[in-house]
Amino acid sequence: MQILITLLLVLVLVPPAAAETIYVSNEQDNTVAVVDGATMTLQAAIEVGWRPRGMALSVDKKTLFVAEGDDNRIDVVDLAKRQVVGQLPSGADPEFFVVHPDGKRLFVANENDNLVSVVDIAGAKIIGTVDVGVEPEGMAVSADGRTVACTSETTSMVHLIDATTLELIDNLLVDTRPRAAAFSVDGKQLWVSSEIRGTVTVFDTATRAQTGKIEFEVPGIRREGVQAVGIEMSRDGATAYVALGPANRIAEVDTKTFTVRRLYLVGQRPWHVALSDDQKQLISANGNSGDISFIDLENQEVVKSLPVGRGPWGVVIGP
Amino acid sequence: MAISHIQLGLLDLSLMRLALAFVGLLAVAVPALAEPQTMVIGYLGEQRKLPLPLGPLDEAVTDDGLQGARLGIADDAGTGRFLGQQFRLQERVLKPGEAPAEAVNAFAAAGISFVVADLDAAQLLQASAAPGAQRMTLFNSRDPDDSLRQEDCRRNILHTIPSRAMLADALAQYLVWKGWQHWFLLTGPHPGDLAMAAAFRRAATRFGAQITIDRPWTFRPANGRADTGHVTLQTEIPAATQVGDYDVLVVADEADEFGAYLEGRTALPRTVAGTQGLIATGWSAVDEEWGATQLQDRFHKQSGRWMLPSDYAAWLAVRSIGEAATRLHSLDPAAIAKYLRSDDFLLAGFKGQGLSFRPWDGQMRQPILIAGPRLLVSSSPQPGFLHQRTPLDTLGIDLEESACKF
Repeated sequence: MQILITLLLVLVLVPPAAAETIYVSNEQDNTVAVVDGATMTLQAAIEVGWRPRGMALSVDKKTLFVAEGDDNRIDVVDLAKRQVVGQLPSGADPEFFVVHPDGKRLFVANENDNLVSVVDIAGAKIIGTVDVGVEPEGMAVSADGRTVACTSETTSMVHLIDATTLELIDNLLVDTRPRAAAFSVDGKQLWVSSEIRGTVTVFDTATRAQTGKIEFEVPGIRREGVQAVGIEMSRDGATAYVALGPANRIAEVDTKTFTVRRLYLVGQRPWHVALSDDQKQLISANGNSGDISFIDLENQEVVKSLPVGRGPWGVVIGP
Repeated sequence: MAISHIQLGLLDLSLMRLALAFVGLLAVAVPALAEPQTMVIGYLGEQRKLPLPLGPLDEAVTDDGLQGARLGIADDAGTGRFLGQQFRLQERVLKPGEAPAEAVNAFAAAGISFVVADLDAAQLLQASAAPGAQRMTLFNSRDPDDSLRQEDCRRNILHTIPSRAMLADALAQYLVWKGWQHWFLLTGPHPGDLAMAAAFRRAATRFGAQITIDRPWTFRPANGRADTGHVTLQTEIPAATQVGDYDVLVVADEADEFGAYLEGRTALPRTVAGTQGLIATGWSAVDEEWGATQLQDRFHKQSGRWMLPSDYAAWLAVRSIGEAATRLHSLDPAAIAKYLRSDDFLLAGFKGQGLSFRPWDGQMRQPILIAGPRLLVSSSPQPGFLHQRTPLDTLGIDLEESACKF
């Protein structure tokens, strides 16, 4: 009996591996779905502004920022209350943005205005803008906070911005219609996905030279059906996960050899992916099938798909 | 309607100078750039007699095509300013009846190698035969006639406007996917109407639909905007459509004379599709998918109106040149002309996948929108229509059936 009680206590006290909450922006429902990571069940839908896409957590992880493309603003969601408690200006048509490691600023891509806007969170105002190429989209910030990267879709470039002076450091040509950008964990590489070419270009951040090009082949799907969109880097730096859009796959890429280790078949048109804090679970937001896929990375299999709303786009995992 | 193409051209020149000055400033601000080089692209249009707008909400547009080319230049400059490449449009609009050869030769004399040929078929063929055009690439951004991709194809023409066969195939795939296999085809009297009807008949055969009723429209063009216009139409159209049963009325009325009067007036309650109603088109202002919102927004901001299919085709032409220049890091016309026709060329055209030119007839492969009056309904090719190369080649004249010999 005692043993049983001890066992029960252990079970109660040791938190399950994925005691996390998954947030998914539904761009056609104007909601953010709240999903419990442990039970893999839908908990709530937070009403937000029109066409929510890009999302990011505040540094203290108590707040979720949500870019509302058709409302030209960023909603501030209190995660304890699960409701919108404030708004930030964003510039026109915000699609994607990053929270600077200083916790004080957002860098927002204004897709219609060819600008990156810098938003002061506490003051709720735009404190700077940077001219970039046509249709800025993907945003990334280096872990040291020095460099912000922005892709521009029609210009086919990634723009490197000095986060302090807000000057353009460089403009690097990439494959057609770049979407996401991601720095490697050590900050030495910058990865940029191209939607139309279905490739990822890797740059050395010190020399800004191209050091790799990853191509994706999916059996039975033609070249134009394989498109690279969202990128997520594992914390150990060894792996990158790339959403392949209409190919309905997530690619697991070896960051040393730039080879594709395996492909996971998920729902239709995955846009973005996110890793759980323990790095054992990967979630993809699947735009056309209205669900998210749970990928068990230890067993390398897709274990569940969960309907979350219409047009899932962004995915963020929080406590 | 009072504003002529020429006046718009002049207005644009001063704007262009401002834009160039601005691009110049930017170029100076970036020290790493090489000496900027300039690519001048020709635009050759023609003054057209405007049709009477069918409905009171229709706007008379005098600069369709031209505005698309201008936006293409602005978009090309977006990448160009980071690469030391400048782009400029030289605009020339032919007067009614004016032959195009002289304008083409003048373009050639000015060193222009790429021309957006916003011309009807006869003018386009004359332009392509001009001595100055022999080392040029002309982009057909206007005429959908299949003969231009078949027996009248030319080595120096690429087509960015979809052919009638592509439009008909795209609509047929959607109707067959819906299970609406029995068509009532109603065809207007004009050459374009007849050619469109021929394309619908071909598409029906290809995709397993049946034209169970095939009739010409024999009424004189009505003016529904007369004070009691609807009374006449309410009598005429039920009579004209009392033809037995069918799933969908497919109308071939390129001249836009009667097709729009059909919806809501047919003898049987059936959907109208074709050139009116549910339409197949290269572009529509209702599309906001695949990032099209941004293109529509900047077009509207530039021109004060919605983007039309001919604008989109002209934009595709200018963007194709820009994309080639970006990928080649070069403005060398010979290299660009070669790259445009290569397997590697892929243009992002806000249609969800890369666009390229078919080597056998120079037609740009592209998804075709299936659009309603206010919203996008679908995009073809439809799921399940397969092809050994790319599903895009299920639309239009395929390699195996091509009669084009360059």
